[in-house]
Amino acid sequence: MNGKDGRRWTSALAVIGAALALVAAACSSKGATGGPTPGNTSTAAQPPTANLKPPTSIGPGEGQLNLIAWEGYVDPTWKKPFEQQTGCHVNATYAGSSDQMVTLMKNGGGGQFDLVSSSGDADLRIIYAGDARPVNVNLIPDWQNFFPAFQSPPFNTINGVHYGISLQWGPNILMYNTKDFSSPPTSWSIIYDPKYKGKITIPDNPIQIADAALYLSKTNPSLGITDPYELTQPQFQAAVALLKQQRPLIRKYWGLASQEISMFTNGEAVIGAAWPYQESQLKGAKVSVASVIPQEGATGWADTWMFATKAPHPNCAYLWLKYISTPKVQAQQAVTYGETPDNSLACPLMDQLQKGACAQYHANAPASYFNSISLWKTPLATCDNGKMDCVPYSQWQQAWTTEVTG
Amino acid sequence: MDDGGHGIEIRAGTGVRLSAALWRRSWVRGAALLTPPLAWFLLIYFASLAVLLLTAFWRINSFTTNIERVWSLDNFRTILTNPAYRSIMLRTIGIAAGVTVVDAILAFPFAYFMARMASARTRTALFVAVLLPLWASYIARVYAWLLIFTHDGVLNWGLRKIGLGPVTLSYTNVAVFIVFCYVWLPFMVIPTYAALERVPLSLVEASADLGARGRRTLRRVILPLALPGLIAGSIFTFSLTLGDFITPILIGGAGSNFIGNVIEQNVGISNNVPLAAAFAVVPIVIMGVYVALAKRLGAFEAI
Repeated sequence: MNGKDGRRWTSALAVIGAALALVAAACSSKGATGGPTPGNTSTAAQPPTANLKPPTSIGPGEGQLNLIAWEGYVDPTWKKPFEQQTGCHVNATYAGSSDQMVTLMKNGGGGQFDLVSSSGDADLRIIYAGDARPVNVNLIPDWQNFFPAFQSPPFNTINGVHYGISLQWGPNILMYNTKDFSSPPTSWSIIYDPKYKGKITIPDNPIQIADAALYLSKTNPSLGITDPYELTQPQFQAAVALLKQQRPLIRKYWGLASQEISMFTNGEAVIGAAWPYQESQLKGAKVSVASVIPQEGATGWADTWMFATKAPHPNCAYLWLKYISTPKVQAQQAVTYGETPDNSLACPLMDQLQKGACAQYHANAPASYFNSISLWKTPLATCDNGKMDCVPYSQWQQAWTTEVTG
Repeated sequence: MDDGGHGIEIRAGTGVRLSAALWRRSWVRGAALLTPPLAWFLLIYFASLAVLLLTAFWRINSFTTNIERVWSLDNFRTILTNPAYRSIMLRTIGIAAGVTVVDAILAFPFAYFMARMASARTRTALFVAVLLPLWASYIARVYAWLLIFTHDGVLNWGLRKIGLGPVTLSYTNVAVFIVFCYVWLPFMVIPTYAALERVPLSLVEASADLGARGRRTLRRVILPLALPGLIAGSIFTFSLTLGDFITPILIGGAGSNFIGNVIEQNVGISNNVPLAAAFAVVPIVIMGVYVALAKRLGAFEAI
């Protein structure tokens, strides 16, 4: 009885197995068609929410505000005064990568979150998925004081419509333990050096491919890389090959800033790619770390508070945008996190908080500094030359999870 | 007064009649008891499973990552042809199988001692020792291991004291393996104990009477009778390891991705739900085969 039962089971499974094998055979014979071509996203295309009218005044707060933020962006130093002033209780969800922010907005976009502090490589994806809505910049008085480059940047403003308010920007730094390096390293080559095998850590983020491309653009000019986010197939393969070569040296690809902090604290990593946030946290905990922007330059980010299409607490969201843009809060966040404010009036206030902070965090730096940082943007199939021969971001994601970290 | 009493009597009467009717038709009783859980099971569990499997045949727009309901088998092809996905599957199955074997080897003597040698008091104490860790949070137990393995952790401190020098275990697959063996061990001990406890003493005595030594009795009598328990336990350890993704995130390093991590990354980060759904079919098929084999070996007779 039981044996017969068992045979029936196994034969049913054999049928399923055979069906799957057939499926596999059928698919592989069809040849690689790839996914759909990623949209021809010239900035002229209208996002789905372009016609939603933003409010003309800010009403009374709803008592709650739900944010998706980078770690360190909703610090009690400026969160508490905001809650006291407005009565809006701030609930923050921390995300570890731009991709996670896009996904959280998509899945929580049905009225769960109000704002997301996403970076330039996520903004367009959020806007074109219809998960961000137009914002009235006239309700944010300090917007007038922003550096012109951050008032209507192409990553959050399309056809003159703003989908969020720029926040801050900064570089991805090379962080090291000063006990292991008597003099500061000068090149990114150190994170590809077998000498530090098992002591290197880099972010678990597909956009890291751009860091490898930036390094190759300087060390291997024959590849002809001009923009680390616009890579042709051979350039892309070279960057991925470099990262594959680096993989045995990596102790761990960190997903959250806190993981890198604990690795540097425990001595499991002595060098790695980091955000200024980790450096300031580690220094605060008296761990002997320092950082540099190596000679090849660095990738960086420019963050925006993007407005969710179905934001359940729009008034609190506008109150937050207004508050976070003021010179004082901009200075606080810049000094705490170690990044550069977008508000041009923040510089003197930074020096008040910490002597020399304005210069240290480049709040008064000339345009040449801005140009030395390659800000994150979404890699698209359309290169600047108008040809469709660049590698789109979906392939970056796939190469990252299957070829580099898998 | 009298009226009120009468009313109660009528209500009691209907109740009695209802229970009488239920007693006469036992199938109504069965249906009434089974309908709520069955409906829940079918609607919530099977329906969502069906939707998940359906999603595996769709795809996403690679720029906006919105789901496009275009039928294709691309996801299955990607899984089966991509060498990285294949190595992740092999790694997951290999570690799950290894954990199962190690747990079986660790659990058998322990369960044998509990079932056949320990006094009632010791047995209770051992039961508590096995089950107590399950009361603590899984995350806390995994993090505790991270503290043991870490560069300046307890393990290296101890090794340095006895002059064996530090070892690099944190963020490696070895560490992942050890932690899995630890966290799933109770799920092997309990069914093995239950099976061993049911082996009649008379059979062991009969084996001895027929001249079999201890080792032969163990091999020919006790082990075959305990096998269903070991297999039942192995279903737990194997499937729990197969589906886990938290331990590889916390303890694993470069190259520690499991099937669960690929699914988690595709759902939570890349928003490629169709590919994740296709990947979710893999453990379902593996467990289907495994459970079918276990059934043939008689694992479910012990339940």
